[in-house]
Amino acid sequence: MSNDTRSRRRHPAVFLLLLLPLVAVLVPEFYNFTSPAIGGMPFFYWYQLAWIGGVAVCTGIVYAATRSAR
Amino acid sequence: MIPPFNSLEFGIVVAMFAVVTVLGFLATRWKRAASLASIEEWGLGGRRFGTWVTWFLIGGDLYTAYTFVAVPALLFGTGATGFFAVPYTIAVFPIVMFAAARMWSVCHEHGYATAADFVRGRQGSALLALLVAITGIAATIPYIALQLTGIKAVIEVMGIGGDWPLWIAFIALAAYTWTSGLRAPALIAFVKDILIYIMILVAAIYIPYKLGGYDVIFHRTDTALSAKGLSTLLSGSQYLGYSTLALGSALALFLYPHAVTGVLASRDREVVKKNMSLLPAYSLMLGFIALLGYMAIAAHVKPVGGTAKAPDTTTIVPVLFNNQFPHWFAGIAFGAIVIGALVPAAIMGISAANTFARDIWRPYFRPRASDREQGLVSQIVSVILKLGAVGVIVSLKLSFAIEFQLIGGVIVIQILPAVVLGLYTRWYHRWALVAGWVVGMGLSVYMLYVTPSKTAAHFGSASFAFKTWGFDTKMTIWTGLVGLIANLIVATVLTPLLGRLPRGRDETRPADYEAVAAPPIPVGPEHAAGTAGASGD
Repeated sequence: MSNDTRSRRRHPAVFLLLLLPLVAVLVPEFYNFTSPAIGGMPFFYWYQLAWIGGVAVCTGIVYAATRSAR
Repeated sequence: MIPPFNSLEFGIVVAMFAVVTVLGFLATRWKRAASLASIEEWGLGGRRFGTWVTWFLIGGDLYTAYTFVAVPALLFGTGATGFFAVPYTIAVFPIVMFAAARMWSVCHEHGYATAADFVRGRQGSALLALLVAITGIAATIPYIALQLTGIKAVIEVMGIGGDWPLWIAFIALAAYTWTSGLRAPALIAFVKDILIYIMILVAAIYIPYKLGGYDVIFHRTDTALSAKGLSTLLSGSQYLGYSTLALGSALALFLYPHAVTGVLASRDREVVKKNMSLLPAYSLMLGFIALLGYMAIAAHVKPVGGTAKAPDTTTIVPVLFNNQFPHWFAGIAFGAIVIGALVPAAIMGISAANTFARDIWRPYFRPRASDREQGLVSQIVSVILKLGAVGVIVSLKLSFAIEFQLIGGVIVIQILPAVVLGLYTRWYHRWALVAGWVVGMGLSVYMLYVTPSKTAAHFGSASFAFKTWGFDTKMTIWTGLVGLIANLIVATVLTPLLGRLPRGRDETRPADYEAVAAPPIPVGPEHAAGTAGASGD
């Protein structure tokens, strides 16, 4: 529906939120360590698992900030 | 060593299988349409799935039974590298969020049912659309076959001989997919994922508890892996391979026809976008499933089947469950894996069949094919694909299919320029995109060909070692990314040079890429969108 192309609020800063998880998990230099471990799980593992929550939050914020008005 | 047959486990698996088979047939009535005899209804569920159905559908589609057995097997066999599945399934969502929304919009506006449909409309090139269609189908077929390895691993561990359970499972699957189309896996996905979530929640708490905690698991794993020269951390030379495998797999994932089908079947672009922040819940589950590989090492699991030189490590998770859980719960977990194979196999079969009907049958054999005929062709092809997959798995040796899956991502990523760049720009010339595909595909396949594995001389791995080309390093890179870069360079350099050749006609307008769904209109006895109770939203 072409009349639905209402301009959406697109702050470039919001889109940096999409970049953040990528950099965080795609650069092993940041997390390829054993310590600090949590509950016996090395940093390498819990850090990456924690970013699953991180990416959900980041994409959630971007979704909320860019959803088209209803 | 074949484990003893256990009738309780077997009975539970059979009962669960029976329940989802009934559900599969009942799905015909769900979100009822006047007729299912079209790709629009049979193959895309009428494009009316809301947030929760889409979440279960795409989740059930992408996080497959094969993943559940293969990812832990990878950690079991190679250590830290196998954990790439986690950064991969993190990176995918921010990458595809907006592209998937644009894809939904333009396909909704023009009634496109596949990526190749979109490419034909956007680039005005029948050849490019054909290449996209063939690439997608070729990448999907071995993936369907691989879903059987999940079932096969379970039946082996349950102590059942022969391939007959595979035939029964896929014949039932083919039958209810024939009648219900995409509605069947969408409905079964609820059962599948709830079961898998329960299974992994229990496994991630109960097994470490029995083994003495995660510190014991990691300690034993470290000892066992270092004896083989491996580690629970990456070595410096593995960094690039790890990152590019995760990034490349993330770029490739939503180019697969079954992922496109999941996106297009949703009701609105906002449903698609919202799901990009809800789907990571599946990644968390996958992360803990991955760690089952280490739990298997710590519990001294021995794989069942395969050969002494190349044991079938896909059996380690079922064996672990069999050893650690009481039989009744192991039965539920096995049932979950079996159902977990059926959902993605159904969606993959439907999406590859839709692609065949829309982008090969219609343009090249029957240009005037009606919606009804296209739907029927898709139904027939979907059955052929499923039964063909069983035939392949029982007649060929298994590693053959696994190598194909490995190259699936490498080849499917070569359609990225035509599809994804096309969502944003018309700058690229259609012939430059064709040339880019040819070069990228050629280079990738060549690189795969010269990569040996422990047991095979060619097509051994999708990680390309730089030393193959004489570099003095142990570093590797994901093959598909090299092919993609070559593809992009060729397409970009050739576009200005081909300026004199006629450009294809673009039937889309900029506004189409932002379009939202029309308000629900009544279709049949129920409203089109969002009113069916089962959708939960």
